[in-house]
Amino acid sequence: MTNASAPAKAASFGVTSSVFIGRSLRHSLRNTEALIMAIVLPIMLMLLFTYVFGGAIDPSGDYVDYVVPGIILLCAGFGSSSTAVDVAGDMTNGIIERFRTMPIRSMNVILGHVTASLCRNLLATGVVIGMALLVGFRPSAGFLAWLGALGVIALFILAFTWLYAAIGLVAGSPSAASAYGFALLFLPYLSSAFVPTSTMPSWLRGVAEHQPITPVIETIRGLLTGTPIQDQAWWAIGWCLLILIASYVWGSWTFNRKAGRR
Amino acid sequence: MITPAIEVSGLRKSFGAQTVLDGIDLTVPKGSIFALLGPNGAGKTTLIHILSTLVAPDAGSARVGGHDVVADKAGVKRSVSLTGQFAAVDEILTAEENLRMMGRLSGLTPPEARARADQLLAHFDLAAAARKRVKTFSGGMRRRLDLAVSLVVDRPILFLDEPTTGLDTRSRRALWDIILELAGRGITIFLTTQYLEEADQLADTIAVIAHGRVVACGTAEALKSRIGGDVLELIGANDEIIREIPTDGSIRAVQQSLEELARTAPAGARVGIRKPSMDDVFLALTSNPREGTFS
Repeated sequence: MTNASAPAKAASFGVTSSVFIGRSLRHSLRNTEALIMAIVLPIMLMLLFTYVFGGAIDPSGDYVDYVVPGIILLCAGFGSSSTAVDVAGDMTNGIIERFRTMPIRSMNVILGHVTASLCRNLLATGVVIGMALLVGFRPSAGFLAWLGALGVIALFILAFTWLYAAIGLVAGSPSAASAYGFALLFLPYLSSAFVPTSTMPSWLRGVAEHQPITPVIETIRGLLTGTPIQDQAWWAIGWCLLILIASYVWGSWTFNRKAGRR
Repeated sequence: MITPAIEVSGLRKSFGAQTVLDGIDLTVPKGSIFALLGPNGAGKTTLIHILSTLVAPDAGSARVGGHDVVADKAGVKRSVSLTGQFAAVDEILTAEENLRMMGRLSGLTPPEARARADQLLAHFDLAAAARKRVKTFSGGMRRRLDLAVSLVVDRPILFLDEPTTGLDTRSRRALWDIILELAGRGITIFLTTQYLEEADQLADTIAVIAHGRVVACGTAEALKSRIGGDVLELIGANDEIIREIPTDGSIRAVQQSLEELARTAPAGARVGIRKPSMDDVFLALTSNPREGTFS
């Protein structure tokens, strides 16, 4: 090691991002349990909602067409939640301090986790759709509608992953991050994901219709199966962008504030 | 005059109501090993965090490698490498992947990063474990990798925060050899430690820090002459320490102390002799030792 290495140059934004994305993807691939969960959970949920609950909720047998968007979001929410644990783990390990004392944009370490989460969850979405088609899902969407639906799903994953990343930054430890993140996983049940909001008591309907999941569900459902979308698409995009920007600002602020403190 | 590697004057930092650094002044010449010796909570880590730009000081100034830690953070970051108190390596990656990642982040091309990783793995006796995940490493291996990661690119100043805490004697000695070798190559080393012996073995200059102030600064020899030599202990029948007498380590002084103890010792008591500990250092150097917690 005696011969001097190259003089210290600063790694560019692009190199830093790709290195951190590569790191987080490696983490994802090596976390075997989480990876198996990401594939098994969509299969289990699809079977559960189609064959166990489906008959009771809609005896006509078309419940699978109704429930697919809900299961996509349920899995995406579950999949994104591990970002909180990953981020909190990095923030409580000394490695973050090493990154911060290097002449790089250290916030890109979070970008790495977010990108890996997007990849994992798009894979899980693919599994949900594949499984849905096997159990009788018959979407009416054309190519553009599919593209639109995938775009909305990706935006939703991105927004919630950043939200979980911010939770991971704020939480003091990985287990605290996991606990805080858990609450959010109930949001899909209080929406039009599994039953129409019109079947709920009026006070609950108010909650369900004014939270971000319902417009996202209605938009995806409309694009895939042709139900009316109306202004729900704008609400969906607006909610996702709002969550995305707010989480990014909150996360960045916390990231900078926590320097040197663990 | 040559610019010192590190110059600190009047540095202050509080977290809320708690004053952590209460006016620190020190100078570290280029190419030397500087040890900051102090108990837990003395402010050692906070000082390293300020010098490596992680934390901003409340008052005072610090220049590292000629760059101001507040006004020119980027300049400081290009001059230093930090090895924190807890091994800052990625446990899910292998040793090789850790080194390559840091190489890439330091601006090396992929082939350069790979070559550098192989070099460091061989040098730090980690070649056999190169493809194993760090999760499976022992404490000593982890620390060696941690240090190797700090050396992926040459930075003129290396911060080591308690580099050997938690290591067994053999790993500690191996790490000391590496630190001495690095200093031999002209790297300025600023380390913190709780062990008097470690500071004595490694450092050209030792600063003793307590309650956020430097209470003594000088060579190991100068410091030891102020602290004294071996300490005699009078131990009671139930292993409780009845009395401690610091000596200068000479036969005559020990003999005198023994005679004094012989006159006063209760039945069943015995005598022990030990090296001065951190507690003794602080008793000798601070006027109000009661405030200190020497855990």
